[in-house]
Amino acid sequence: MSPIITGLITIAVAVAGCAAYFYASNWVVDRVIFPPRTDDQGRNIRRATKIRPWLFIFPAAFFLSIYLIYPVVGSFWRSLFNRSGQEFIGLGNYVQMFSEEGFRVAFFNNILWVIFVPAASTFLGLLVAQLTDRLKWGNVAKSLIFMPMAISFVGASLIWKFVYANDPDIGIINAVRDTFGMEPVDVLQIPFWNNFFIMFILVWIQTGFAMVILSAALRGIPEETIEAAIIDGANPFQIFFKIKIPQILPTILVVWTTITILVLKVFDIVYAMTGGNFDTEILPSYMMDYMFRDDGRATAVAFVIMIVVTPVMIWNIVQARREMR
Amino acid sequence: MDNIAGQKSGLSIATNLSVIALVLIWLIPTVGLLVSSFRDREQISESGWWRAAFSVSQAYRVSPPAEGAVQDGDLYVLEGNLFNAAQDEDVEAAGHGSGTVTGFGLTSRDPGAAEPGQTYARYEVQVIEEGGEQDDTNLEIAYPAGEEPSFPATDEDGNEILLDPAPIFERSLTVEANGDFRYVDIDEIDRAPSVYITAPQPPEFTMGNYEQILTSDNMDQAFINTLTVAIPATIIPIVVAAFAAYALAWMDFAARGFMIAMVVGLLVVPLQIALVPLLTLHNAIGIGQSFLGVWLAHTAFGMPLAIYLLRNYMIGLPRDIIECAKVDGATDFQIFTKIVLPLSFPALASFAIFQFLWTWNDLLVAKVFLPSQSESWVMTVKIADDLLGSRGGDWGILAAAAFVSIAVPLLVFFAMQKYLVRGLLAGSVK
Repeated sequence: MSPIITGLITIAVAVAGCAAYFYASNWVVDRVIFPPRTDDQGRNIRRATKIRPWLFIFPAAFFLSIYLIYPVVGSFWRSLFNRSGQEFIGLGNYVQMFSEEGFRVAFFNNILWVIFVPAASTFLGLLVAQLTDRLKWGNVAKSLIFMPMAISFVGASLIWKFVYANDPDIGIINAVRDTFGMEPVDVLQIPFWNNFFIMFILVWIQTGFAMVILSAALRGIPEETIEAAIIDGANPFQIFFKIKIPQILPTILVVWTTITILVLKVFDIVYAMTGGNFDTEILPSYMMDYMFRDDGRATAVAFVIMIVVTPVMIWNIVQARREMR
Repeated sequence: MDNIAGQKSGLSIATNLSVIALVLIWLIPTVGLLVSSFRDREQISESGWWRAAFSVSQAYRVSPPAEGAVQDGDLYVLEGNLFNAAQDEDVEAAGHGSGTVTGFGLTSRDPGAAEPGQTYARYEVQVIEEGGEQDDTNLEIAYPAGEEPSFPATDEDGNEILLDPAPIFERSLTVEANGDFRYVDIDEIDRAPSVYITAPQPPEFTMGNYEQILTSDNMDQAFINTLTVAIPATIIPIVVAAFAAYALAWMDFAARGFMIAMVVGLLVVPLQIALVPLLTLHNAIGIGQSFLGVWLAHTAFGMPLAIYLLRNYMIGLPRDIIECAKVDGATDFQIFTKIVLPLSFPALASFAIFQFLWTWNDLLVAKVFLPSQSESWVMTVKIADDLLGSRGGDWGILAAAAFVSIAVPLLVFFAMQKYLVRGLLAGSVK
């Protein structure tokens, strides 16, 4: 059977199944288990009300626990075993990994990524948000800078492969060098700096995200504060740095952490640009090197990523709880 | 507000210019890809896409037929017009396009060595090499037609050229801009000689790259696979998450706060952690690597964001409506399907766009949970694992493939940008 037909059937089964599940489970609770008969009506309705939230939540909770919560434990457990999964080696995978040059390079590069990409994206996003704020064609400009958000990491990598190409008739960077009489250079092979050329692709994608959020935050600043500053004779730069930035600082932090989390997940760009060669490996792509070959090592890398993410996760939960109060 | 006071016109110009510069940096790479995907493959390798609107000087090999060659003293001469003599369709096209030769030569190594109106001749000359040894070598020189050849003092390797013994003429070619040529050879011309010309080719745009990837490179199959992955993986999580979001927004139960915190926490769990245990699980329960596995995985991975977005939206719905309905005796199920769900349409749309873009663009989940045979490749896998390797230098094909894969997301993006922005604003943990 062609997958597309399976797909359509799956949609139908899933949607109908969900609807049927909710309808039927509600019916069972209301009519069969706790029917509101005259003698114990109040008690039974209360009981049904207690159970009903769990009926609503159950399918989602099922997916979340099997696909996201169990794997955290499962991955850690698997990472304690050797390649074939037969032999328990404790932290052997981690010890082995940390002693290897390849892992250290990936870890170091990932630190570069975590510093550079969120910083550059947030900075550029803020810059564009502020510059386009009062511009007549600001919305068009924003829309165009936002556009890369829709493009896959693989597609974006290919787009930038054109820009970085060695051949001055393909790559615009080398075309510019060529007109100045310089030799073409493969920017993806320049030691150390090649990382930045690859990182810029993610900056290119994420700036739009930062811009959208920060632009909304800038608009949300109470106008009185700005008016007061103007009356006091502040120039535009002072208004921006001393009035606006402090007020949107929490949003800047949110944008920063969101992009940081993303950086720790993206393996596609390195995979498509260099395949991890020329010392450009990062942890997610390093993990994919071992996926299908050495599950013990792969899960160990994944767990390292998980540990790095955990502080942000806790911070997010604390923020969310504070907001709910 | 800034423009009432304190805003200088100089600053405004600077603002405009910097925004223009940024937009250009952001746009140029994508435009380059789009232009390249429509260019003829030969032209891509001849000139950059930014010169796509101009003619390209392209080199052709022409073999004018040897009939009509005559003997002139010791030499043999062949005359005619290269454009007429060409059997090659491309050359004819070039001839019809502009009808001008911009350069010509005798070797494929340097097809445009001489300019029209010059004579390009090959001699055998004696040179003194570095060590002082005398050796013979071939020397090609270009000089104005009708004049005597003048020899340079050294050849391209820097060896001194001797004029005694005199250089021995081998063959020469004279070409005019209109294609008229005169070919002179020391040997009898009994078969068509090979000469090279460069002629401007008018800019040529073609759907050829698209045709090729969609017909012979199986990109059409990959496109369908991507669609097959993306659509169920977008719809199923919405249905499942909407119920949970409603419960977390409008139903009272003890574990609600804990569940919400859980969802917020799961938002940032890196997918990498899920890959190995889930693949093992899928293999154990018989799903294996299959479309069903991808749908399930995408459904689960999209769930935290779906619940979070929808709950944030639902909690903002007016309390009165829902309480009125409760007073009127509506059950939670009825409130959900008849009131909350229709009112939540903007949030549903926001999440649907996110999830669609994410599943369409995903490489990681598809690589791990789909079968590795080429008939189940989605477009991202196809490009990253196949085309970038096997067609690494074929830029036209790569550009067309990339554009096929990003066309649908771009369309969705520009059509539904409003919802996307709204979703982003609601979705980032404030």
